[in-house]
Amino acid sequence: MIGSPAYRARHHPAYWAFLVHRLSGLVLTLFLPLHFLVLGQALRGEAALDGLLRWTDNLPLKAAETLLVTTAAAHLAGGLRLLLLEGFAWRGPRKDLAALAAGVSLAVALLFALAVF
Amino acid sequence: MGVTAGESSAQEAMLDVRVWHGAEHGEFRHYQVPRRDSQTVLDVVTYIQRHLDPALSYRFACRVGMCGSCAMTVNGVARWTCRSHVDQVTADGRLEIAPLAHLPVVRDLVTDMRPFFDKWARAKGRFQGATTRSDPVARVPPDTPERRAVDAAIECIGCGVCYAACDVVGWRPEYLGPAALNRAWTLVNDVRDVSRLERLRAVAAEGGCLSCHSHTSCSERCPKKIAPTAGISGLKRACARAALGGEL
Amino acid sequence: MTPARRDALLWLAQRWSAAVLALCLAVHLAVIIYAVRGGLTAAEILGRTRGNAPLAVFYGLFVVAVSIHAPLGLRAILSEWTLWRGRSQAWAMAALAVLLFGLGLRAVWAVVQ
Ligand code: SF4
Ligand code: SF4
Ligand code: FES
Repeated sequence: MIGSPAYRARHHPAYWAFLVHRLSGLVLTLFLPLHFLVLGQALRGEAALDGLLRWTDNLPLKAAETLLVTTAAAHLAGGLRLLLLEGFAWRGPRKDLAALAAGVSLAVALLFALAVF
Repeated sequence: MGVTAGESSAQEAMLDVRVWHGAEHGEFRHYQVPRRDSQTVLDVVTYIQRHLDPALSYRFACRVGMCGSCAMTVNGVARWTCRSHVDQVTADGRLEIAPLAHLPVVRDLVTDMRPFFDKWARAKGRFQGATTRSDPVARVPPDTPERRAVDAAIECIGCGVCYAACDVVGWRPEYLGPAALNRAWTLVNDVRDVSRLERLRAVAAEGGCLSCHSHTSCSERCPKKIAPTAGISGLKRACARAALGGEL
Repeated sequence: MTPARRDALLWLAQRWSAAVLALCLAVHLAVIIYAVRGGLTAAEILGRTRGNAPLAVFYGLFVVAVSIHAPLGLRAILSEWTLWRGRSQAWAMAALAVLLFGLGLRAVWAVVQ
């Protein structure tokens, strides 16, 4: 609960970065099989794939797609931050890194939204 | 100053303090403590014990941030209390003081630190040299990478703040935790130490450094500004190299 | 193989697959953003992908990396947030890897064949 000690104990950017990374990873793992199945429709010909694509051509699904792209971008940017932290024993500013990751994912989200809508 | 609870007048600024009483099960009790300049959280607890509740149990020794015995959970955050000023930790004059998380509570604010230090032992946190006192003193050049890595991690006072702040310790009780791993990292980088491989085996085992996912709560909270995450990352790389070389 | 060695190698696999994925995903996102302008049609997608060997290799690598990376990540989450650990969890993660690998390669095949 916001304001509770348990919340305050974790209320720092690195924790939020961790949570976003974990949850986005989870979402992507769940989404991937679906994504693969949709593309697999091409096995049944162009028309089958087209049918599915047309089905996604509406506002709610475009919004969902934008969210998914944002999720992927967040996991990517957060992951780069982690690779930097672990792979090169980064001792520099950690918060700036988290902020940078957030910025990159928002930029990607915006780009995608501009392109898709 | 000699201010006691009875003398504190209405116009005197007061802190609204809730302090944990009991062991694993217990309750928070309320106290009003006069606000002072440059008051530390430890001062607040000491005031309560001296003037309001002599039975309150808590632990401290040096009061200057050296011994590592005074850590508690202050408004939800693990801190060394002797060097945490009240105005750093509360804006509205409310304090909630609880024992450190992830450790058994002996009584009130006193935790049993044994699991914490047992893990130092499990992480082979003990120096093992090959020389005796009659050998000449080893020379370790201060600007080698190993020595620098040790320098960055050696000032740990064993306060347990990082251990209490680390979620993985809560989620995997067998996890060695940031302090023990940080200690192991200083020894892995100690060129005089001879049990490197044994130590790498200990920290790569289940519940070791590979369980850390670098979310840096430990580094955020360490009062000595140590970054255990950096050392743990170093251990991970060392373990991976040893695993590739077939040594683990 | 000692458990410590296995875990260290798995950690390495997780991080190396992450590095590969970082590259692949960055390219993939750029392609997506480029491709979705003006809407997606199957003809457009397949026109780009059919018989495109470099693309098949690229996405094949992507699939391999993701089927290593995702189960290892899920393994950490399950071990920390649920009580499911041990052998049955390891088998389930292996099954997930096989599933992602199979479905992924099938999808790549579907668009490049
Ligand atoms: S970085 Fe590792 S040791 Fe530090 S708090 Fe996070 S999981 Fe714990
Ligand atoms: S690493 Fe820092 S927080 Fe952890 S025990 Fe040592 S001094 Fe305390
Ligand atoms: S009393 Fe020694 S560190 Fe606080």
